[in-house]
Amino acid sequence: MSEQRSFDVADLPGVGPTALLVFAGLYAPIVTLVVYSFNAAPSVATWDGFTFDWYLKAWHNSTVMNAAANSLIIATLAALFSTALATLAALGTTRRPAFFGITAIYAAINQPLMVPEIVTAVALLIVIAAIKAATGYAGLGYLVIAHTAFCIPFAYLPIRARLEGMDLTLETAAADLYASPWQSFRFVTLPQLTPGILAGWMLAFVTSLDDVVITEFIKSPGQDTLPTYMLGQLRRAMTPDINALSAALLGLTLVLLSGFFLLSRRKS
Amino acid sequence: MAKHIISARNLVKAFGTGEFAVRALDTVSLDIRPGEFFTLLGPSGCGKTTLLRLFAGFEMPSAGTILLDGEDVTVLPPNRRPINTVFQSYALFPHLTVAENVGFALKMQGKPRAEIEATVARMLALVRLEAMAGRKITQLSGGQQQRVALARALAPHPKVLLLDEPLSALDLKLRKEMQVELKRLQNETGITFIFVTHDQEEALTMSDRIAVMSAGKLQQVGTPKEIYTHPINRFVAAFIGETNFIEAVGETGGARLKTGDLIPVEGVLHGPVTVAIRPEQLRLVPPETEGAIAATVRDLVYFGTGTHCHMALADGTALTARLQSPASGEIGLALGESVGVLPTPGAAQLLRE
Repeated sequence: MSEQRSFDVADLPGVGPTALLVFAGLYAPIVTLVVYSFNAAPSVATWDGFTFDWYLKAWHNSTVMNAAANSLIIATLAALFSTALATLAALGTTRRPAFFGITAIYAAINQPLMVPEIVTAVALLIVIAAIKAATGYAGLGYLVIAHTAFCIPFAYLPIRARLEGMDLTLETAAADLYASPWQSFRFVTLPQLTPGILAGWMLAFVTSLDDVVITEFIKSPGQDTLPTYMLGQLRRAMTPDINALSAALLGLTLVLLSGFFLLSRRKS
Repeated sequence: MAKHIISARNLVKAFGTGEFAVRALDTVSLDIRPGEFFTLLGPSGCGKTTLLRLFAGFEMPSAGTILLDGEDVTVLPPNRRPINTVFQSYALFPHLTVAENVGFALKMQGKPRAEIEATVARMLALVRLEAMAGRKITQLSGGQQQRVALARALAPHPKVLLLDEPLSALDLKLRKEMQVELKRLQNETGITFIFVTHDQEEALTMSDRIAVMSAGKLQQVGTPKEIYTHPINRFVAAFIGETNFIEAVGETGGARLKTGDLIPVEGVLHGPVTVAIRPEQLRLVPPETEGAIAATVRDLVYFGTGTHCHMALADGTALTARLQSPASGEIGLALGESVGVLPTPGAAQLLRE
């Protein structure tokens, strides 16, 4: 840290307290949630000792488990499909010379990040209602497709970043060494891309796991995911098993995001 | 086997279109013989790397044809040409071990595992890296990476090996070692090497023949000796080694300088010419010597094995002579001294332009 600096933001008055305040605002509610998920009292207002009961209660609740299963199935499949599509999109937008309209294509791929989710939800509701009426199919497929669509940009961004950071000479060298275009992809591009693909999958998985708005609009009756189940419970009375579920979701998300962080830091 | 391993016929490579088009290569025709160490030499931007990339198949020419061992390969993709490349950046696969890098081409060709292992072992022995087979590329030094790149490109026994300034990232000492190493590898494998460099000394040391390029065009093709002693134009004379250029008028018997002196040259070239003569081909003699050109010593620069004597002729033309260091180290010249300059007979070249 011998680096000479003429100006350091940390020297300004109030920077430290402001930062503390912001972090407190971000994390105090979450910490409270986790703490109260172990609260023996049925009310959120009072602390009455430590217990695992709410986790056990949620675990033995078949509706909760059903919603959890739905969440995991949808998130796993949506993450898988969106990562596959995002990989193709990333290859298509980086492995060729820049062309007129490339920015428009980036914007089109990242549409779910920009269009308000509620708009997409209403639009999907209309289309899916029509398909349901026509085909009679009312399974989880609709949710998987919808989640795949809005997960694509989350998978696309880390994969594209990885591809852009890759040395193109390696692919030229592979071709020089008799690799067909497919072999070159399989044995050179893909192994180097793997951390990006895994990171993309994890981001997509977390995004799908967390979704409420679109799921709430297009799910068929009895197709609750964990977030929509919790939202439904909220309409009645707030019970600490919701805290426990939230804390469990948070734990899963943290594990996956740590994985994402480690993978995206890993150098070729 | 065809008489020429690679023949380029009227190759043109243009980048861009219309009035902004740049010809990186302008109608280049070239024949390279089997087993030759052939060097493409020129300043950056002269088109030498573009020519190499056309040979490799990384780029397609705008016009012209490339024959490999008599067969037209102009539009064949790189993976279907028996030509391999050593890249300037080495382009080794960081996710593979040394042995996997060297065996990559054979694996792509679908060779049996036993054959791949045997060839990899032979190649690693050839570049003296047997002990490194299981290492990751990132665990190797620059010189070792260079040798892996060579082994990887030689493993499939290509008809031609292309080397794109492979020594430019190495320090001087390692570079000299690798020059010797490259010559040895070429002798042992008998493969045709096409070597790209901007370093004229490297080209003179290593090549059987050199093609000097400038502005997308071939200037001269010949052995190092031919190119050094008989440069075809001013560019080649200036790019290879050091040269004095003196404006003169050609007449029967030689070139008449503006000072009135005559430098005898074989072969007659009439009209305005440039006399090119190397500093080591000028001898200093007493001013009254028969045939000597009068000059004044302007500067003396000592460089160990010799001294550069910078002089001016009567009309102000600058001239440099390279003098061997005598045992005493004293050349016995003083600034401002009048001397006579005598060119070695046959050493002066007349250039048009």
